[in-house]
Amino acid sequence: MSGYIPINREKRSELLESVGIKLENIFDSIPDDIKLKNIENLNLPMEGMSESEIVEALSELAERNKRVDQYDSYLGAGFYDHYIPAVINHIIGRQEFLTSYTPYQAEMSQGTLQAIFEWQSYICRLTGLDVSNSSMYDGASAAAEALLLACRQTRKEKVWVSEGLNPEYIETIKTYFESGGLEVEIGKLNEQGTSAGTYPEGNDYAAFMIQSPNFFGIVEDQAELVETAHMNKAMAVVSADPISLGLLKKPGDYGVDIACGEAQPLGVPLNFGGPAVGYLAAKNRLLRKMPGRIAGLTKDSEGKQAIVLTIQAREQHIRREKATSNICTNQALLATAATIYLALNGKSGLKEVAEQSAAKAIYLEQALLATGYFEKVYDSPFFREFAIRLKDEINLTTNDLNNKLLEKEIIGGVALDDRIWLLAVTEKKSKEKMDQFVANVVNIILEEGSK
Amino acid sequence: MIQETPLIFDLPQNADKQNRLIKACDVKKPDFKEYYQEDYAETLPDIPDLAEIQVVRHFTNMSSKNFGVENGPYILGSCTMKYNPKINEDMAALPGFNNTHPLQPSETVQGNLELLYRLEILLNEIFGMDAFTFQPSAGAHGELVGVMMIKAYHQARQDTKRKIMLIPDSAHGTNPASAAMAEFDIREVKSNQHGRVDLDDLKNKLDDTVAGIMLTNPNTLGIFEDEVKEMTDLVHAAGGLCYYDGANANAILMQTRPGDMGFDVVHLNVHKTFSTPHGGGGPGAGPVGVKDILKPFLPTPVVEKKNDQFVLDHDLPQSIGKVRAFTGSFGIYIRTYAYILTYGAEGLKEVSEAAVANANYLLEKLRNHYELPFDVPPMHEFVITGQKQKKENGVKTTDIAKRLIDLGFHPPTVYFPLIVPEAMMIEPTETETEEGLEGLVSAFIQIAKEAKSDPDLLKTSPHHMPIRRPDETLAARKPILKA
Repeated sequence: MSGYIPINREKRSELLESVGIKLENIFDSIPDDIKLKNIENLNLPMEGMSESEIVEALSELAERNKRVDQYDSYLGAGFYDHYIPAVINHIIGRQEFLTSYTPYQAEMSQGTLQAIFEWQSYICRLTGLDVSNSSMYDGASAAAEALLLACRQTRKEKVWVSEGLNPEYIETIKTYFESGGLEVEIGKLNEQGTSAGTYPEGNDYAAFMIQSPNFFGIVEDQAELVETAHMNKAMAVVSADPISLGLLKKPGDYGVDIACGEAQPLGVPLNFGGPAVGYLAAKNRLLRKMPGRIAGLTKDSEGKQAIVLTIQAREQHIRREKATSNICTNQALLATAATIYLALNGKSGLKEVAEQSAAKAIYLEQALLATGYFEKVYDSPFFREFAIRLKDEINLTTNDLNNKLLEKEIIGGVALDDRIWLLAVTEKKSKEKMDQFVANVVNIILEEGSK
Repeated sequence: MIQETPLIFDLPQNADKQNRLIKACDVKKPDFKEYYQEDYAETLPDIPDLAEIQVVRHFTNMSSKNFGVENGPYILGSCTMKYNPKINEDMAALPGFNNTHPLQPSETVQGNLELLYRLEILLNEIFGMDAFTFQPSAGAHGELVGVMMIKAYHQARQDTKRKIMLIPDSAHGTNPASAAMAEFDIREVKSNQHGRVDLDDLKNKLDDTVAGIMLTNPNTLGIFEDEVKEMTDLVHAAGGLCYYDGANANAILMQTRPGDMGFDVVHLNVHKTFSTPHGGGGPGAGPVGVKDILKPFLPTPVVEKKNDQFVLDHDLPQSIGKVRAFTGSFGIYIRTYAYILTYGAEGLKEVSEAAVANANYLLEKLRNHYELPFDVPPMHEFVITGQKQKKENGVKTTDIAKRLIDLGFHPPTVYFPLIVPEAMMIEPTETETEEGLEGLVSAFIQIAKEAKSDPDLLKTSPHHMPIRRPDETLAARKPILKA
């Protein structure tokens, strides 16, 4: 028996013979000149591994990594190390959720369909918007799809995007737009590190888009975004971190038309950056132009509550090249993980996670400033993450600092350039760890920076 | 068993409103209202505060209304619903993988990078390509990356008149949808009476405006395009490139390779071919392989080995750019890697053999009970139609599918491919058991008989599920999309 194949070769042959087919003939439709011969010459192991060998091989690779639960890490920049409740893995590990396909047959998929429906509901409640879908690949592709949605709705071909978006998101948006023959204009941030006062004028923009908290952790003014966007007949689009919505006003409160973002902070492991889970939510009038699967409530033939995939006339399997997007497989299981995260935390728990993340980031910034070796890059309120500048007189770069910290089993922040450091902390970070971190930074600067 | 699960928002909220999941705050909280001023939320999102037992029961009850691969045969054609090995889930959950941040210095994630580096070599060998990108998050995402690279290739050669993408009429809807997102115009190529691409029609549609062709092989009818080499030669001679949609790659593992068929770019659905779980609609992953001519256009980053260290290279000047943040769905690739190692080359060859054998066996057992649109030996899946039952008994393919549900099977893909009326696309995969196959045969034959003797039984099916047939028209006409 090979791997997970339950019928061996002898039986396979016997079954085929019983219906008049010879096993050796089943690949006859593949012409001889393209048949793969001599597989032993390929750079592949010929034989498979036992389960115990798989454990050894994979564990060996895993153990070669340095982990953020063993090292003290200050990385964020789009992926955040929040606590993941134990319940999540138990639930999403249930084979009924794990191994099923997209819920095409509603009668045998009510579990998945209700999970999607509740995810959509949570996202609408978090963002203050009317409609959402079953999820997008990640925050970056969700941002690109949000802008494409604005282009479809307004029938315009240009968007303005703030430089305050995560650079990975900006790159992704550019890829989608350049390939689609659409235009992206990137706006510079002001001296406070926000988009205030930087918006363009003109009626040819489909959307103005900002991120809040932005890449530097700074809370952006969504009221101004909405006002200027609407004045210029553009849609207001925001990429918003879901944890921050336990503390900050919802995009919908400001009148934002489309919100999107990365829901990884809601109970999804870092996993070296993926799989991730994007969300997308919009005002009701954008519904028919939305990308992706949407679940809706209905009744069955006996009048009982039932949930189905709906408004499918937008989708590729029906509309083909006229579809609103090509997306079909999305991140449903991780959307379920995020839904469970929100269910377990509730609004009170979410608020506590958000407050602790913000408070700890503020504490760390103050502690670093107090050393005298750093100065503020921007003087604006931030959430969970901040940029800080190593003073010019310090004879070290941020990369030097990171390298030295690594020797002490600390993974420092993102070195945005030689002097600017982007640091993130979540509710998981203790005061003790942060104090040790600052002490280590000071020691390194004292030892190295004055050479 | 509980038949109705109330929406989570309707549960009573009686638990203490403290977060028992995280430790108490050990730094001073500032006055957030003063700190954030007008951006501070005076009212919190309307998200219920529930006790853990409420949440766990809620989702456990919901899960009991789902059918998974471990419940029984899941013959959803073109979705390759094979068994998802448990050990691969455990490996993907190793803390050494889980707890790594995407922006860690490369020297701290050598295990991750080596896994991707080795996986790329394995995929190159299995599919006959020269390089793979791990960026795309799903098959359709991979298609988009593929057609973007085809566009970039022609643009780099200043060959700007190539605006047409050729796509057979039997193709998945994602093909034209993806090509349209990269601004291609779609030109459809007809199928012939054998369910294969009509070579003459292809020849007629080739000219110097054609950027490329997107082919699925075996195609969506489960039939191998035996003239594939002629097709890719013709497209290349006309200056176009050839895209292989890997949705059906389970049929060809170690039997033939897209690279050898003449394809320049290929996407895989690792959640189909390499058994990563579908999760009720994702996450999947759609790595894309290319021949050397397209390598400069790959999305960034790519994994490289320099001086015995594995690194991510972000500097490809001609790259199409990124299509998502960071490297890709790493957690999915851990499972992919474990799966390939479990089988090895010989094992993978047996995977395709068993998948194709199972499809052939089922087809022979069903051929006297249902009509075949194309009577051609199938590969890993095949299409039958319910046209006879519809005409003679007034029973639609939907009714047949719904009856299968009551008998304990996940139905085939229905009403696809679009070129076959009342289509049922059946894919048993290599992990189906003998009892599963025989059960399917009995169920299909029973249903064919019931279509004659008791058509109403089929039309009112299913009877034993948590819900009866839902009113889809109502859902679309009066959308209720949130609670």
